[in-house]
Amino acid sequence: MSALLSIQGMSHYFGGLKAVSNFTFDVPEGVIYGLIGPNGSGKTTTFNLITGIYTPTEGKVLFEGRDITGQKPFRIVQGGVARTFQNLRIFGNLSVIDNIRVARHFTVKSGLFTSLLRLPSFKQEEEVVREEAMQLIKMMHLEDRAFDQAKNLPYGALRRLEIARALATKPKLVLLDEPAAGMNPKETDDLMGLIRQVRDDFKVTVFLIEHHMKLVMNVCERVKVIDFGETIA
Amino acid sequence: MGNFKLPRLLLAGLIFFIIVMILSPDMTGALNGYFMVIIERSLIFVILAISLNLINGITGQFSLGHMGFAAVGAYVSGTFTSIWFKLNPHTLSHYPVFMICIVIGGLGAAVVGFLIGFPSLRLKGDYLAIVTLGFGEIIRTILNNIDYVGGPRGLLGIPMFSKFPIIMLFAFLTVVILRNLVQSSHGRAMLSIRENELASELCGVDTVRYKVMGFVIGAFFAGIAGGLLAHLLTLAHPTQYGFLPSALVLIMVYAGGMGSLTGSVLAAFTLTFLTEGLRVGIDALPEFTIASQTYKIGTEWTMVIYAILLILIMLFKTEGIMGMRESRILIIEEKK
Repeated sequence: MSALLSIQGMSHYFGGLKAVSNFTFDVPEGVIYGLIGPNGSGKTTTFNLITGIYTPTEGKVLFEGRDITGQKPFRIVQGGVARTFQNLRIFGNLSVIDNIRVARHFTVKSGLFTSLLRLPSFKQEEEVVREEAMQLIKMMHLEDRAFDQAKNLPYGALRRLEIARALATKPKLVLLDEPAAGMNPKETDDLMGLIRQVRDDFKVTVFLIEHHMKLVMNVCERVKVIDFGETIA
Repeated sequence: MGNFKLPRLLLAGLIFFIIVMILSPDMTGALNGYFMVIIERSLIFVILAISLNLINGITGQFSLGHMGFAAVGAYVSGTFTSIWFKLNPHTLSHYPVFMICIVIGGLGAAVVGFLIGFPSLRLKGDYLAIVTLGFGEIIRTILNNIDYVGGPRGLLGIPMFSKFPIIMLFAFLTVVILRNLVQSSHGRAMLSIRENELASELCGVDTVRYKVMGFVIGAFFAGIAGGLLAHLLTLAHPTQYGFLPSALVLIMVYAGGMGSLTGSVLAAFTLTFLTEGLRVGIDALPEFTIASQTYKIGTEWTMVIYAILLILIMLFKTEGIMGMRESRILIIEEKK
């Protein structure tokens, strides 16, 4: 299997603090890959480096063989890397369906003027976007709440909404930052099934960070352990 | 037949238009010219308020110099129509030319909006507020010092082309266009920036592009409104476009509800009528004498009353009249 994501000698410093040190690893295509380690070991920083929120001090990030180091986050997302956040970042005042439609927006071809005049081609395209958003909503069992404001949803539903939003960008690689954080055991079990389903249905590679060892051991096909920015296993 | 329904917004616009036309001095004369001007002013402030709402309420940025763009629109279109009028005083219909001049004024404001917005919107945070505040003052100072447009005397002798139907048409189109924008994928991208800029970026939204886009569109409509105002008052004067008028538009947006176009429309009407009412009301107050000194309360106290009003809104109804809700008239139905 070829490497979808390849990290080569990546380091990042916050001032003098070494957050990530000389990381080198490959995430092969089609697997569920886990990254574990104690708090402050640089897991989320790794995600931020991959998605372009930070630029690595040293080293390179290759995605599908292309160098994406230091690109703007939205370009990286458009290139096929989507992510969720450890502390949810939902568009609270938008409806559930609009949350998902935002993530579909860059694939919409209708220009500004077509949209302003609501020409037929615009309406057709909106209809397609709506259908696809509804499919994702059904898959995440949110159909009862599709037109509610997202901020009124319970926590577990918001986690699923974030995953749906990430999938709506039609990614090849999904980064999940502690997807089970704050979930009860039942929800965690459901989540495990969901992660597998996402990988199989959408043919994506999943790369996740988790503290929840049961989930990691059950779901992940490969695991990497880090501490203080260094690779342990 | 029977299936065809007039869109609600068009219906609402038509009803308003017909009622005002029937009451206007040209027909029954139930409303005198003075009232007509207030209604026309209200419609111009509708354009100003909803275009500022696009920047402040929808895209979640903070612009303080909205009247600066109106000034650009007013002076550009005013100059164009004055020249046209001098060259062709006997043309039967000036209105098509006038409308083109108004749009040119809007485009001028949009260009200025781009020049201001592009550098300052690349930065996150409050830089836009500082830059636009400065821009409002700079525009005023520049206009004060250009003799060609009258300097501190203002641009005089602009022909009186802003008739009610034309203002109504522009206001209506602005509402329709901004409504369509908000309920499209471009509008959703803008809304997502307000909600959470980082998450928006990680949904693939080019946040800088959309912030600039919202800002430029807002500036364009402000320019249109400025042009209409200049042709209603037949003059453009630097003091009309200072910080206080910008603050008035800002109050309209906040009072109406950030992100609610309906709220901005309502607030623009309410506050324009209130301004006139207060002006007349305060003027009618008797003089009073304290310790053999005679005092008269001046109309400048309107702004004091507005400040108190704004504080009250912030204290008791933070989200404004409408909050983020829209009237059903302004929502494009979606099947569920």
